Amino acid sequence: MFKPSWDLERNQLVERHTLTVLVDNEPGVLARVVGLFSARGFNIESLTVSETEHDRHRSRITIVTTATPKVLAQIKLQLERLVPVHRVHDLTAEGNALERELALIKVSGKGENRVETLRLAEAFRANVVDASIESFVFEITGRPNKVEQFITLMQPLGLVEVVRTGLTAISRGKEGM
Amino acid sequence: MAQQMTGAEMVIQALIDQDVEHIFGYPGGAVLPIYDAIFQQDKVEHILVRHEQGATHMAEGYARSTGKCGVVLVTSGPGATNAVTGLADALLDSIPMVCITGQVPTPLIGSDAFQECDTVGITRNCTKHNYLVKSVEDLPRILHEAFYVATSGRPGPVVIDIPKDVQFALGSYMKPNNGSHPTYKPQMEGELEAIKMAVDMMLKAEKPVFYTGGGVVNSGPEASKELRELADLTGYPVTSTLMGLGAFPASSDQWLGMLGMHGTYEANMAMHDCDLMICVGARFDDRITGRLDGFSPNSKKIHIDIDPSSINKNIVVDLPIIGDCGLVLEEMVRIWRSRTNEPRTEAIAPWWKQINEWRDVKSLAYEKSDKVIKPQYAIERLFELTKERDVYITTEVGQHQMWAAQHFHFNEPNRWMTSGGLGTMGYGLPAAVGVQTAHRDALVIDIAGEASVQMTMQEMSTAVQYGLPIKVFILNNEYMGMVRQWQELLHGGRYSNSYSESLPDFVKMAEAFGAHGIICEDPAELDDKIMEMIDSDKPVIFDCRVTKEENCLPMIPSGKAHHEMILPDTADIGNIIDEKGKVLV
Ligand SMILES: Cc1cc2nc3c(=O)[nH]c(=O)nc-3n(C[C@H](O)[C@H](O)[C@H](O)COP(=O)(O)OP(=O)(O)OC[C@H]3O[C@@H](n4cnc5c(N)ncnc54)[C@H](O)[C@@H]3O)c2cc1C
Ligand SMILES: Cc1ncc(C[n+]2csc(CCOP(=O)(O)OP(=O)(O)O)c2C)c(N)n1
Ligand SMILES: [Mg+2]
Repeated sequence: MFKPSWDLERNQLVERHTLTVLVDNEPGVLARVVGLFSARGFNIESLTVSETEHDRHRSRITIVTTATPKVLAQIKLQLERLVPVHRVHDLTAEGNALERELALIKVSGKGENRVETLRLAEAFRANVVDASIESFVFEITGRPNKVEQFITLMQPLGLVEVVRTGLTAISRGKEGM
Repeated sequence: MAQQMTGAEMVIQALIDQDVEHIFGYPGGAVLPIYDAIFQQDKVEHILVRHEQGATHMAEGYARSTGKCGVVLVTSGPGATNAVTGLADALLDSIPMVCITGQVPTPLIGSDAFQECDTVGITRNCTKHNYLVKSVEDLPRILHEAFYVATSGRPGPVVIDIPKDVQFALGSYMKPNNGSHPTYKPQMEGELEAIKMAVDMMLKAEKPVFYTGGGVVNSGPEASKELRELADLTGYPVTSTLMGLGAFPASSDQWLGMLGMHGTYEANMAMHDCDLMICVGARFDDRITGRLDGFSPNSKKIHIDIDPSSINKNIVVDLPIIGDCGLVLEEMVRIWRSRTNEPRTEAIAPWWKQINEWRDVKSLAYEKSDKVIKPQYAIERLFELTKERDVYITTEVGQHQMWAAQHFHFNEPNRWMTSGGLGTMGYGLPAAVGVQTAHRDALVIDIAGEASVQMTMQEMSTAVQYGLPIKVFILNNEYMGMVRQWQELLHGGRYSNSYSESLPDFVKMAEAFGAHGIICEDPAELDDKIMEMIDSDKPVIFDCRVTKEENCLPMIPSGKAHHEMILPDTADIGNIIDEKGKVLV
């Protein structure tokens, strides 16, 4: 079978990395970042974005991607090349960053299931943000695998739907980006 | 105090302040205010093209031959989409260009208005950067910033999309600032420690080679001077990519010729067998590397490039140096001088001996004929008859382009304009118009193929209108020769749709345009007719009838490495490429 040239990296395993990107919040900046990923065949596993410094019109974009180390280096350099990008940090490479995700989870059920649902929610520190006779909406924050686990547990108990913000992350300690 | 003026006037004022003398454009509803401002001044000359793609290639030719920024002005919708090919071309070849597009008025954006298209959306991935100007207050800053982004660092095309209401609006104009940007900061100076380490590696090398590229031309004439100086000091051999031709003189003994897919045997073997590769402003393109895991297996590699993302993109290198190659080479020369004042002639004598053996293979040789004009011969004669003149060469894309690269020789940078990265047929004729616009008294020749040249032929009319005596020298083999060659290589010689059927009579066509037409079929007449072309003060179309089924050799077939070249004496090229190579382009 045909193996493309990237096959050279066949000995490199793919890794999941969290990148944080400081950009000028100008029109089209998100399209530029996302367009770069699709144009160059890079992966996006999750993406969060919001303006974080209103007076200076700057946004932080958090991107989770999986790639080999060589491609990861390219992704970072390609992002840095975009004109409105100030800085790119690879939080995974820098190590030990705080990573959080928020999810809203709708579960419906009656009787025993309902009790069990609430019990688990408490154990996971998920808050009830909406309730009806036959349903709850939970809000849960935490590392993605905690959120993932909670959702898995809700499955047999009447999971209706889930929305997730995607990961957002920040480095520990006193230094800013 | 800031001057009050309309957006359209700001555009012209900014062009003047950026020292723009010529722009290439085509009017339409969404740029009429700018055209009105053009009408009322005489500092910026507007060249009216026949198709917006032509304008972009003219701007590229203009830019590449002068080192300045090429400027294009087109209307919204179809004007902008017609410009896309030239933008993509300029992006891949690192050509500085500012393209101003008209847009429907801001309140109509998104309403599927007449001649509306999402220009910034369409051009986002084929420009270095682009802008949609929403308010006249932003316009002066964006105009100047666009020139800065287009021309600094690794150059490239920038689009400024200006809605019509912004062109009419009044605002205050600002002069250019000192050229700095809060986020975009190309690194110019190379790290001193890295440069020292590079010189150390160079001093120890036994089989070194300079692999130079378009970046040397991008950097400017100083970089070529420094490269020559360093080559002189070291005595090391030099090869170049298609894009770098002329940065190092082809007349030098140290010149190996072009490398890569259609490069010389000696250049490719030197790349394959070297122990130290010094890459200067080149990007390890797939036309160069061939099979990646077979690429120069035993060498240490130094890579000088202004764009950090070029480093380790295709080939992992041992020592990257980020910076402008002109400045880095200057430092290298200085440090080399401080270490030694003799070239390492003796240390690399065995290497040169080896290279000379490769040279003896004569990989550019071809079978001569006195009955038909061989395409290689036509280029050789063109070179011989023009070499004493102030000559600039552009090309279309195909076999003729490669023959031009192999058999025309360049001793100065900025003399060779070709579409390398995108490989755009139709580039050469308008590029020649652009070159001639900047160099009115020079001899500007488009070495063309009969198929390519039909893609942008209408720009002959532009050449005639502005009295630009470009020479279109068509190597007419009645085939899309490069396609035919690959069909011979890969598809059993089934020439599907690669024959140039129903060709126009190029001589009559020239005459119809008000240009001069020449046809030549006999090698004995070739010199006289070339002289007739050179001596004409009009634009000329030269229909040079050449061998029809000539292959362009040597060639590294797809999926093979440098030492597996097809040489000119290979009789049957149909059985060389394996299944794996076939899917590559
Ligand atoms: C039909 C066809 C066949 C081809 N065959 C061949 C072939 O046989 N051989 C060949 O060589 N090419 C060939 N090409 C061209 C090929 O596709 C590439 O365009 C070319 O090889 C790229 O040249 P380059 O590496 O010099 O890079 P360029 O595209 O010129 O890029 C320049 C590099 O220099 C860097 N740079 C820019 N400015 C500076 C600066 N100031 N300082 C330092 N670095 C700078 C850039 O970041 C970039 O990495 C062919 C093209 C076609 C259409
Ligand atoms: C716009 C465009 N379309 C298609 C191609 C693919 N292509 C590459 S070379 C070539 C044939 C060129 O024929 P001609 O101009 O006659 O040159 P020759 O190879 O015969 O010298 C084609 C079709 C291209 N490079 N550009
Ligand atoms: Mg042809």
